Amino acid sequence: MSTGTGTEDLLRRLAPRVLAALVRRHGHFESAEDAVQEALLAAATRWPEDGVPDRPDAWLIRVASRRLADLLRSEEAGRRREERVAATTPRDELLAPAADEDRGDDTLTLLLLCCHPSLTPPSRIALTLRAVGGLTTAEIARAFLVPEATMAQRISRAKRRVRASGARFNLPPEPERAERLRSVLHVLYLIFNEGYTATSGADLRRGDLTREAIRLTRTVHDLLPADGEVAGLLALMLLTEARGPARTGPDGSLVPLAEQDRSRWSRRPLEEGVALITRTLARARLGPYQVQAAIAAVHAEAAHAGGTDWRQVVALYRLLDDLEPGPVVTLNHAVAVAMVDGPHAGLALLEPLDADDRMAGHHRLHAVRAHLLEMAGEREAARDGYLTAARLTTSLPEQRYLRERAARLPGTP
Amino acid sequence: MKFLLLIYGNPENWEHPMFLRDPGYLALPEAERRELAAQADALFEEIRESGEFVSGTALADPVTTRTVRVREGSAAVTDGPFGESKEQLAGYFVVDCDGPERAAEIAGRFPDARFAAVEVRPIMDTAGREM
Repeated sequence: MSTGTGTEDLLRRLAPRVLAALVRRHGHFESAEDAVQEALLAAATRWPEDGVPDRPDAWLIRVASRRLADLLRSEEAGRRREERVAATTPRDELLAPAADEDRGDDTLTLLLLCCHPSLTPPSRIALTLRAVGGLTTAEIARAFLVPEATMAQRISRAKRRVRASGARFNLPPEPERAERLRSVLHVLYLIFNEGYTATSGADLRRGDLTREAIRLTRTVHDLLPADGEVAGLLALMLLTEARGPARTGPDGSLVPLAEQDRSRWSRRPLEEGVALITRTLARARLGPYQVQAAIAAVHAEAAHAGGTDWRQVVALYRLLDDLEPGPVVTLNHAVAVAMVDGPHAGLALLEPLDADDRMAGHHRLHAVRAHLLEMAGEREAARDGYLTAARLTTSLPEQRYLRERAARLPGTP
Repeated sequence: MKFLLLIYGNPENWEHPMFLRDPGYLALPEAERRELAAQADALFEEIRESGEFVSGTALADPVTTRTVRVREGSAAVTDGPFGESKEQLAGYFVVDCDGPERAAEIAGRFPDARFAAVEVRPIMDTAGREM
């Protein structure tokens, strides 16, 4: 998925439109999705040799329609369905809709369908990447480090669920739409994080997920430019992505924000992210993604870690805590408070988390507490905290980082 | 998150699925035995169909085990171990699921958990968050 050739980019952009056209005309979301994948594959092998057709979307719709008819014919009891497809097979003028007829809504409808509430989050992710992102099952499986058969199961179950839920290929009614859109944004954010947390080397393919998440979020932003949370999520992704080159050392080790070489941050996404969130905050209704993007922008605007406007970060975390309280927000809030009011103020904020089942045995609580204890000069307690966190994490790079922090604080022999 | 589920068994004879040969299972009334077997089938079908099942393998009888130790540069291969423990590792599953709660739930639905044990071990990830 990383080759990024012209044909591939074009195909990925057209994929949701072609699928939407097929589902709109024939129904059969499940089989239509398979048919579109086959049409994309056919195009990927033929276009580089034969040249891109004049109307690539019409070409894909035609090939996919034909393939859909084949698929339905081969299904048992397919007799009547086949007649129905034949009856609804669009005439040429329908196959090649005029450019002004191109409905951007289709991509949004498709995204909402792929993130349907009847699906589990992993199924939403898999289906979104395939049906909207145009990735193959094999590519998605590689990105999530599972066998292709496992990913194929997730996708086919997701499609069956969508069918069983009776979801129609229409935008959901207005009252539901905001909630459904939130679920889409969450899925896009999960895809982004899956790629972003991957470090380097063998995980490069996972890293492509961040690019894919940004591409899809950008598409949604283009469709709904007035939605503050969509813009906020896009800005958050851009600002996070900008730190990518500095967040891992040459050996793949994790570099914390405070120690990153900021000259290595990517300027373009950084500037785009700051501009986008600044514009959005001025006019949209506030939401959690916007606040998180605003926090990332405060960090982005400091030329060095010491120049961070921590008072503003604290104020933003307080806002985030009102909008969307949660233990992870508390952890980050505590770090910011410690930077303004000293480590003991931060440690006091952590106390309630010990009673929170979601956090009590979690490595991040121990890691943050150790960090604040280190700031307070309590070296031994800090060292114990880092070592406890290192034992609890299931991430190899995090474990290495935490052990190194502990090693910087030698205990009494 | 990925987890390794280690299935322990305590069978009279080494034959998969192991719980069907467990003395505790064999002592159950017929109807209950049928129900447990059906429960195991339903679990396998559920995690396969959900896309949580990643891989799984049944292990051969422990009598076929060989242990390799390299000491001072030379390898010593011995048969066994034939430990005192009656519970033996019978096989494993790798699942990719929502989190530790779901992994424990899956583990608890293996009939083997009732007669012997199922151990749940998180698998280390090569990805990591900025700290």
